[in-house]
Amino acid sequence: MEGFLPGPWWQIWFAISLPVIIYGIYKLNELIKNKRDLLPLLAVAGAYIFILSSLKLPSVTGSCSHPTGTGLAAILFGPAISAVLGLIVLLYQALFLAHGGLTTLGANVFSMGIAGPVIAFVIYKVCTKAGLNFYMAVFLACALGDLATYVVTSIELALAFPAQTGGVVTSFKAFATIFAVTQVPLAIIEGAITVLIFKYVIQVKSDVLVKLDVLSEVGLRKIKEMTT
Amino acid sequence: MKLEIIVAVIVLIFTAQFLYISSTTDAEYGGADGEAEGVIEELTGGTYEPIADPLWEPPSGEIESLLFSLQAAIGALVIGYYFGYYKGKKQPA
Repeated sequence: MEGFLPGPWWQIWFAISLPVIIYGIYKLNELIKNKRDLLPLLAVAGAYIFILSSLKLPSVTGSCSHPTGTGLAAILFGPAISAVLGLIVLLYQALFLAHGGLTTLGANVFSMGIAGPVIAFVIYKVCTKAGLNFYMAVFLACALGDLATYVVTSIELALAFPAQTGGVVTSFKAFATIFAVTQVPLAIIEGAITVLIFKYVIQVKSDVLVKLDVLSEVGLRKIKEMTT
Repeated sequence: MKLEIIVAVIVLIFTAQFLYISSTTDAEYGGADGEAEGVIEELTGGTYEPIADPLWEPPSGEIESLLFSLQAAIGALVIGYYFGYYKGKKQPA
């Protein structure tokens, strides 16, 4: 939505997103230098965002939207690195597809690259701490992280365009009706597909999950016993 | 196989939802972005002018879907390579 955030809002979202991106690049550099064996999985996390955010899916509201794919990166590498991966995809779509936009990039990085991944990351950690089944935790984290992105997008727009009567709350309801409601089925699909990705990572290269502190040795062994 | 079956069922329900709604309503399946732009117009009484235009726009729907497919293809290539590589590595020749 190029040009659809007036000042000072687009500057505010740039100012909020920029420090996270800088910290994310710093973390990414550390990872590239010190943990080279994790790079293939980093590529998978980035590629996953590429695929999912290119798929505009038809939803129950009779309009289309796309999943974000950021939950995978958030669980594996944390929100800061996810923000950088999200930025790459958002730049691709803003430059080549007139989708998203450059003036709105700060706001989009915040909703898709930061808010969604933070929610996904926190939900994953809380669920696994609470002893929930690993795949259920992945599903909830990714689905709710996806949904959070669009709730935050609605908040961003509502703040910039408060209704004359009812203000921000009324506009939030109007934007959320479009974005968040459309997103619910898509978020469920994203959660489900991401669960499969994790299942296959465990099958082919489970040691990286322990290295990334996604799973403990014990937790991993339990999942393997369960599925074989 | 259990997880795959659950995911397949979810995808089937999603597809059924699409078939049902697209055949019972005259939904246009436009982008949610476009609808939000409509809401902005309503909220501001049509006075809002976008502060910027895209630097470049795909000249047609065909070019746009080409670039979107390219995006998905790049992603799929990387993910397929990863899983193929490590699966192959696990099985000694």
